[in-house]
Amino acid sequence: MPLRIIVLAKQVPDTKNVTGEVMKPDGTVNRNALAAIFNPEDLNALEMGLELKERYGGEVIVITMGPPRAADILKDSLCRGADRVILLSDRRFAASDTLATSYTVAMAIQTHLMPYDMVICGRQAIDGDTAQVGPQVAEKLGICQVTFADAVLEVAPGNRFRIRRDLGRAQEVVVAQGPVLLTVPKSANSPRWPNAKLLLKYRRARSGFEVEAEAKRQGLTVDQVVTDLRKKGLFIETWGAEDIGADLARIGISGSPTKVKKVENVVLAGRDLKLYKNDDDGVRALVSELVEERTFG
Amino acid sequence: MSQHGEVWVFAEVDAGRVADVSLELLGKGRELAGILGVKLGAALLGTDVKPLAERLFAHGADVVYLGQDARLARYTTLPYARVLTDLIRDKKPEIVLYGASPQGRDLAPRVASALKTGLTADCTDLQIGSYESAGRLYQQKLLQVRPAWGGNIIATIVSPDVLPEMATVREGVMHIPEPVEGRTGEIVEVPVKLDSECDLVKVLERHTQPRRVDLKAAQIIISGGYGMGSKEGFALIHELASTLGAAIGASRAAVDAGFIHADHQVGQTGTTVRPKLYVACGISGAVQHRAGMEESAKILAINSDPEAPIFGVAHYGVVGDVRDVLPKLIKALKGKL
Repeated sequence: MPLRIIVLAKQVPDTKNVTGEVMKPDGTVNRNALAAIFNPEDLNALEMGLELKERYGGEVIVITMGPPRAADILKDSLCRGADRVILLSDRRFAASDTLATSYTVAMAIQTHLMPYDMVICGRQAIDGDTAQVGPQVAEKLGICQVTFADAVLEVAPGNRFRIRRDLGRAQEVVVAQGPVLLTVPKSANSPRWPNAKLLLKYRRARSGFEVEAEAKRQGLTVDQVVTDLRKKGLFIETWGAEDIGADLARIGISGSPTKVKKVENVVLAGRDLKLYKNDDDGVRALVSELVEERTFG
Repeated sequence: MSQHGEVWVFAEVDAGRVADVSLELLGKGRELAGILGVKLGAALLGTDVKPLAERLFAHGADVVYLGQDARLARYTTLPYARVLTDLIRDKKPEIVLYGASPQGRDLAPRVASALKTGLTADCTDLQIGSYESAGRLYQQKLLQVRPAWGGNIIATIVSPDVLPEMATVREGVMHIPEPVEGRTGEIVEVPVKLDSECDLVKVLERHTQPRRVDLKAAQIIISGGYGMGSKEGFALIHELASTLGAAIGASRAAVDAGFIHADHQVGQTGTTVRPKLYVACGISGAVQHRAGMEESAKILAINSDPEAPIFGVAHYGVVGDVRDVLPKLIKALKGKL
């Protein structure tokens, strides 16, 4: 039974690799200097989708919402084996919180990608760490969700999914009636690398934002370029608010009930640090101090 | 009569007990309800969970909204979300708080989406305060404080125009106040309406492992990092811990390197601790780790790199290789204690 699988992915700043170069002299992080990467657990989601396709047949469609440069992770997805990729990008999507994001993604699915069997996304993104968009997309689509899903054990006839969940302190096996949305933790699998042949093929993939420059370069009209790219499977579909029939009151800032009141950079507290020498006398003095301070009881 | 609605806590039930994180939230909820001049409510769902109301009252709830049904015996997303969403629509609380546990993080976004309201994930602090935007002043709003960008920034989030204001709160960050045994309140039984969609997911099996270590309750924690070098090197942590009767913690790097089980991990993705003494051995002190231990009463850092960020939050420090310093420390302690 072939499966139509939609993978939700996000391009994120690489917050786990904060090196010296991105630290400002005041000890805070220069956020603009962080590299933009494929959200790690979304790679686990893509891998799960690709493995299911290999097992049951079907297709894997990757959607991302973000600025034009988010097309980079879609090209990456194609090179890892995705069949089709879609870029949701519109200035009016900017500053969406999780509610507005889930609305936008759900609208894209409902207007263009019905019917589908499953939606898979990473457990959470490393910039916001909210883990909210997955369950919220499931609610908007009116389908069930299985969070922390680290393995799909079986897809039985009638679209019944047997799924294992990793809840840290507990493991569960559940059966879900599809269509189902899964959120996937990093423990699920090891994502494959991009395929060399596909890298070569999709080097020339272009999003809707890139076709104008391409047309100019080739001396063709935009339509001609798009038609040509489509024919070769190199066009990255690019949808804005109108393309997905979005209610403008529910996207971007206006569709986002949460507002950021304040952002502070984390700086070290700079406590009064008492240093002790690394020798017998130093360590004995330290122990005496700890005992005097009644730290032990 | 206050113009505000109530403050609510979703009471998570874990193996027949109210989860610690829910008790932590009742403590914070009590404080917020006091500022707003409203009652503190707890939503308690399950089968035969009525006896747990007593705990919720002892920990500060004024009202327990009790939804009992055989189909709520085990937590599954859709039935719980449905009952809670209906209840919130009916009673219109001002604030609803959830633990940022696997259950809370599964349930809260589903409910927030259905209610089209704001939700802030994984908060580490909650306050009541004002918010100003486009010349409009919003007063007595829930200020939701949370780390983001891998802990490199702390953001304060508000949901000024929608109700209820909702947040999930990290486990172990808030204190559980002493319960007042015998304190009582009102039990409001709520209707449970479920339809067939609620049966889409069924739990076939569930296995739980007891926690190997209770870091939250520990008075002293000896924590080892990547600087311990190896699993064998980590034996020094065990030795120091047994000398002091302390619990054993670890940084993520030590867990990832396989020196010790993930149950021991302290930090943003592990446990948040606040012991009387925290000894960080060979831990550089990445922001994610510091977030989980910097509120310890006293911190001793041992690290060979004098520039390691861990010294920025420490009260006492020794610059040196842990494998050299720890044997001296163990010897000195054995002589002293």
